[in-house]
Amino acid sequence: MPKTRLPVTRRTFIGGASATALAGLTPLRHALAQGAPLKVGVIHPSSGYLAQIGQACNRGAQAALPVLKDMGYPGLEIMLGDTESNPDVARAAGERLINAGAQLLIGAFDSGQTTTLAQVAEQRGIPLVINIAAAPPITEQGYKFVFRNFPRAPEIVTGAFDVQKQLFNATGKTPSKCVVLHANDTFGTAMRGAFGALFPRQNMPYQIVDYIAYDPQARDLSVEVAKAKATGAELLMTVSRLNDAILLTREMVKQRWEPWGIVAAGPGYYEGAYMKTLGKLGNYVLSAVPWYDPRKPLAQKMIEAHQKMFPGAAIDTNTVFTFEAMLIAADAYKRAGSAAPQALATAIRATDIKDNAALSDGIKFDEKGQNNGLKIAAIQNFDGEAKVVLPLSSAERNVVFPAPGWQQRR
Amino acid sequence: MIKLWLAEIPPRGRLYFSLLLAVLLAAPLFVDGYALSVLVLVFYFAYLGQAWNIMMGFAGQLSLGHALYFGLGAYASAALYVHFGVSPWLGMLAGGAVAAVIGAAIGALGFRFKIGGVYFAILTIAFAEFTRILFDHWLWVGGSGGFFLPVSGRTGNDILSLRGSPEMFYYTWLAFTVGALILCRAVLSSRLGYFWLAIRENEEAAQALGINTFRYKIFAVMLSAALTAFGGVLYAFYNNNLFPSAIFSISRSIDMLLGAIIGGVGTLMGPIIGAFILTPLAEGLTVVLEPLRDLGFKFDGIKQVFYGLCVVAIVVFQRRGVWPWLRRKLRLSPGGAQ
Amino acid sequence: MPIEVYLNQIVSGVLTGLIYGLSALGLSVIFGVCKIVNFAHGEMMVIAMYLALLAFQYFGLDPLLSIPLVCGALFAFGYALQAGLINRLIDVPDHMQFILLAAIAIAMVSGCLMIFGPNAQNVQLDYAYDSYEIGPLLLDKVRVFAGIAAISVAGLLAAFFRWTWIGKAIRACGDNIVGAQVTGLNVKHLFALAFGLGSVCIGAAGCILLLLVDVQPFLAVEYTLLAFVVVIVGGLGSLTGALLAGVLIGVSEALAGLFIQPSLKSMFSFGLLILVLLFRPQGLVGKRA
Repeated sequence: MPKTRLPVTRRTFIGGASATALAGLTPLRHALAQGAPLKVGVIHPSSGYLAQIGQACNRGAQAALPVLKDMGYPGLEIMLGDTESNPDVARAAGERLINAGAQLLIGAFDSGQTTTLAQVAEQRGIPLVINIAAAPPITEQGYKFVFRNFPRAPEIVTGAFDVQKQLFNATGKTPSKCVVLHANDTFGTAMRGAFGALFPRQNMPYQIVDYIAYDPQARDLSVEVAKAKATGAELLMTVSRLNDAILLTREMVKQRWEPWGIVAAGPGYYEGAYMKTLGKLGNYVLSAVPWYDPRKPLAQKMIEAHQKMFPGAAIDTNTVFTFEAMLIAADAYKRAGSAAPQALATAIRATDIKDNAALSDGIKFDEKGQNNGLKIAAIQNFDGEAKVVLPLSSAERNVVFPAPGWQQRR
Repeated sequence: MIKLWLAEIPPRGRLYFSLLLAVLLAAPLFVDGYALSVLVLVFYFAYLGQAWNIMMGFAGQLSLGHALYFGLGAYASAALYVHFGVSPWLGMLAGGAVAAVIGAAIGALGFRFKIGGVYFAILTIAFAEFTRILFDHWLWVGGSGGFFLPVSGRTGNDILSLRGSPEMFYYTWLAFTVGALILCRAVLSSRLGYFWLAIRENEEAAQALGINTFRYKIFAVMLSAALTAFGGVLYAFYNNNLFPSAIFSISRSIDMLLGAIIGGVGTLMGPIIGAFILTPLAEGLTVVLEPLRDLGFKFDGIKQVFYGLCVVAIVVFQRRGVWPWLRRKLRLSPGGAQ
Repeated sequence: MPIEVYLNQIVSGVLTGLIYGLSALGLSVIFGVCKIVNFAHGEMMVIAMYLALLAFQYFGLDPLLSIPLVCGALFAFGYALQAGLINRLIDVPDHMQFILLAAIAIAMVSGCLMIFGPNAQNVQLDYAYDSYEIGPLLLDKVRVFAGIAAISVAGLLAAFFRWTWIGKAIRACGDNIVGAQVTGLNVKHLFALAFGLGSVCIGAAGCILLLLVDVQPFLAVEYTLLAFVVVIVGGLGSLTGALLAGVLIGVSEALAGLFIQPSLKSMFSFGLLILVLLFRPQGLVGKRA
């Protein structure tokens, strides 16, 4: 029976070719594109409940362009995609960008959306550089095209504990009890699991007296804070997002609970909106997060470029790691000399960048595509800005612990 | 029997349908991965809309918590596969059975206590939300941290384990959608179908005629729940990651029934037409609005505004659904139960 | 845990519950009289919150003082919605009505997202962190004000329905529409008025809630569900029922949080809803239909 085909356009040819290609066949367009800017699909949630963060990541990507150009890297062209904070849409966004010619993908902040995107990348054979997503299973699937330049939940937790030991050493104050408050969402649960598993082996000087999980959609956290206060713990560890961070802090003020300090192992507390909303009450919170290394020259260049392009916008984890993802893309493109996906993937796997921007031993990937050299910094809020306080070698300011009480700050 | 069904459909209808089917069967040969994933999404909505429609259109019960059955199917099969290596086809049986039992329970509770209309709908929402929070805390299936299925590349299609290329999933979803259509047609033409029709039109009269309305309503719920669960299984193996907040969410329940209502509740082709309208509409809006973003208009959320307004427009102008109107336009109106 | 913790949480739960009750009143009025299930309830409340936010940002008005303004705006909106759109579709089956309101809700949420952005925003009040100390109780000042405001508005509404002519006419429509029409009441107008009044409750609740909660577009769905739970548990058509149920939910969530994991709080509310639907569908205070 004769098959009817639509007229063959470049797009349908590529569609047909990639539908039947085995890994390794190079579609025409990639060979032709040598010398042209690399088309990078940058996919984040820019609408939906994660919109703020997605937009911050996009800014990090855009700030990378002038810096990379100055450094002599080949050009990159950004194609923005929106996951709408939804895994199904993430899949469609990835497919759409690949069809529109994206030769490499960067994304997607949220673990659920990143997982779906990773599958699309692997199935289509297009490299994905994960800027932010901490769920361990993503790099346990045996994927060949997925790379993650961000620590996994267990590494963040070990790092957080490590940073606390540095804290107690540096200030000479050691708490005996700690209480953990965490959001019951993807990240919070992963962290909670990691806390439970890793704590016994960390030799921490304190006891964790309770793990209190709260609904991330909760409008009212008074019960949770009351419970935490009742434990009498001197240290509060939290895993929150921006909105719950604000709610928690407010409740703590209202209920007059003043632990020695809050250590956040996650986002929320260092974000601009948190500090703006709470003013002086938002000071002194410590966040144990992957961050930029203020000593590294590239970090300084990134900050300058970002401040010039987006004056007043905060620079944080989201910025750094998206910036580095662009760096990885440019570096791989330069070494591969071609935009063919297999060549790019091989080049990325061989990445070895020492002059990067994040606090780490550089950028290098193991056979699972994971960068294991990332370190956790402690940053502290000071009047609207988050400054690195630990490790001491990278510190921008001296750490303040225990923090002054609420009444003294109002 | 097949001849009997076909005889009821006007020849023009048979032609259109065969054409559509042929195009869909051949599609993977000449469309790209993106269009394929959009089509899969269309089938997803068509199939689930069809399943939901059984309960609403045929038994007259509005369920706003169908994500419950979807999630049960998804999680049951995924857990059996990951923890025990059970094939998803067997997992479907397990998931379907669980969903049917729970559906029967909810239905029984509702019908026995004479909870009708809106109250029943809210009861279904409550069960779905309750289950969502439960799964958020159930660590054996990942809790809120998510449950992941191991994925392999595109090399080789293993239909028994539902591991393979997007084309394989495309055909599987298509098969399920067509299968659901055929099943509904068959059931509607049977005695069961006529009982359902009687119950839907006037339950009290049906009871007066001696029909055990309770039993048949429960059966509709069970069938609807089981079919929805099968859809959940396919979804789980296609996406390979499950999060309670995404799987059991009320938005998913609403998405499932949107197509069926827009297309025409109680009709056979309604859910399918509805899916073919809504999914491309959503994707189309995204594509059309992309250039605005490049021009500097930071209007995140504008797509959903248009989408909502489109749906409102459809409801206002086609309150019975689009399919009955389309059917008239295409001159396909039969005398039968379509 | 010391007893003060429980006492504090119970009182806090009561105060918050009063606000839930007020918001549910709006839903109850609209459903009780117009027989319309307002699935855009939460979205309307979010709009009310944004209006109060704007009043604070541009005029420096405390949300409690904005109540009359916001209620006026919402009354107009509700009236227009009912008279302009819903009245036309008075005969559509339940599911169409539901889809209509759900679609309007989607459009509203996204509209808010477009105009206000995804960031949570709030009002910074001077007295936001003050508390009253009464013996072992540490009462949050803002919550106390909120609770008092909620009861006052509810009281005004009850007075309106009981003592004004229009109020009685609306109740008549709700009880027996045919009878109402026979006695010459302009039912369409009264329906629109009722929707408007329900919206007024939503408006007031939104203003009050802004004191406690930051507003962002995605708050809506949760509040719609919560309002349903409260209305059904309390009983449709009963003002005291709505307030009582609100308080019950507020307190039970607090206690559930204290005794078990706080993340299971909502599960309790839904469990309660299921039980009430099964064993006392008319609600705690409602009349059996």
